Amino acid sequence: MRYPQASGSSRLTRVLGWSALAALALNTWWGLWLSPPDVVQGQFVRMLYIHPAVATMCYAGFGVCALGSVAWLWPRLRSPRWDRLAVAGAEVGAVFCFATLVTGSIWGRASWGVWWTWDARLTLTAILFALSLGYLALRRSIDNPHSRALASSMVAVLMALTVVVDHYATVWFVTLHQNETLFQPDPTIHGWQLATMLVSFLAFGLVFAWMMVHRYRLEVLEERYEREGFTSALEARRSEALPERRVEVPAR
Amino acid sequence: MWRDALVVAGKDLRVEGRSKVALNQVVPYSLVVLLLFGFAFDQDQPLLVQAAPGLFWLAVLFSGLLAVQRTFSIESADGAADSLRMSGLEPAGIFVGKVVAVAVQLLLLEVFLAVGIVVLFHSRLEGAGLLAASAVLSTTGVAAAGVAYGALSMGTRVRETLLPLLLAPVLAPVVLAATEAWRAALGFSSGDGWRWLGLLAGFTAIYLAGGVLSFGALMEET
Repeated sequence: MRYPQASGSSRLTRVLGWSALAALALNTWWGLWLSPPDVVQGQFVRMLYIHPAVATMCYAGFGVCALGSVAWLWPRLRSPRWDRLAVAGAEVGAVFCFATLVTGSIWGRASWGVWWTWDARLTLTAILFALSLGYLALRRSIDNPHSRALASSMVAVLMALTVVVDHYATVWFVTLHQNETLFQPDPTIHGWQLATMLVSFLAFGLVFAWMMVHRYRLEVLEERYEREGFTSALEARRSEALPERRVEVPAR
Repeated sequence: MWRDALVVAGKDLRVEGRSKVALNQVVPYSLVVLLLFGFAFDQDQPLLVQAAPGLFWLAVLFSGLLAVQRTFSIESADGAADSLRMSGLEPAGIFVGKVVAVAVQLLLLEVFLAVGIVVLFHSRLEGAGLLAASAVLSTTGVAAAGVAYGALSMGTRVRETLLPLLLAPVLAPVVLAATEAWRAALGFSSGDGWRWLGLLAGFTAIYLAGGVLSFGALMEET
């Protein structure tokens, strides 16, 4: 079996990482200096260049997790690759989910006057975050790779259902949270705001991809450690027993 | 499957009937939870009456966690889980049987809790049909999700703490829908309470189907 580099980095990820950093810098520059304050929201509109992109990456992470889990559960497709993809998606998704809650809370304080409100979408996002923590805790507590993959894929499918409900929460329930801004036939924002928002999606998309690749590699390395760790520990102990220190058992 | 389910449900209920853990520990615990809610709301009578449906279902949620843990801990002693696996009973039957046993215990508990909110919070139980229908549906949902997640966490090293973390967010829609249905039945909200039964029925159906399909695989693994 071929293993990827043990260093956990390659030319692709280095390029990806630097591009993500550059795009984030561009997003900061455009978002804080070039784009004008909004007519209605004033300076608070600048949260628009973080929060929607971060929330989308949160959904993307859990989406990848669900796809990986369904693929693993499908008997003809079953492969450890799908399970690695699922855990990478869930963990990166959980990070972005937390960031979504934090940035959303800050924006809420600025535009609604409260850090938190009992709104369908906010509440469901919090529940989704709790579900993802449960998923990750479940994974950590099962040692057998097959049992772990089976149990966690079942939980992941349920998380995916919650994401769908979460996404349509603004449509189904009466909520304070605004509806889609960008993905509609006639976007309600234009000019610098639209351009900066698109840059933010690019930047956080690159960050997402970079984190996913690294998390996947980490999983490969961890599996390799689990598999080879015992053998190498045994070899290390054997090599400690040097020939000159070996005690000869006297013959009777 | 149904015959196996009856066998398992009968076994679990007999174990509970003889050990009386549910009666001697879970019921008093849930009533203490109601008392604590009273302290938390500073015995504010109008507020308690308003909040009673939500507090009732929270108490059911907490007790449901205990009931699910109990139904799997009776299998963990003396290799009972292995015997169950080798008994030749259908896994789907075992799942349904456990769900029925947990649901029956929780329904009995809810009778005590209902008396509890009438006595302690001065709730007036009206709309008995809606109350009973939503109670049966949500209790089955709690039991189905609980047994499915109980089986998931049974084989893990940290099952006592993992189960609440997994189950509480999953049961959030049940607590929400059951509370809204009860609020409507007791006349605290103007909405149509029967509307919430759809959500409860959907949730219960998903978890019953999921459990029936996956319980065999889960039992093999854990």
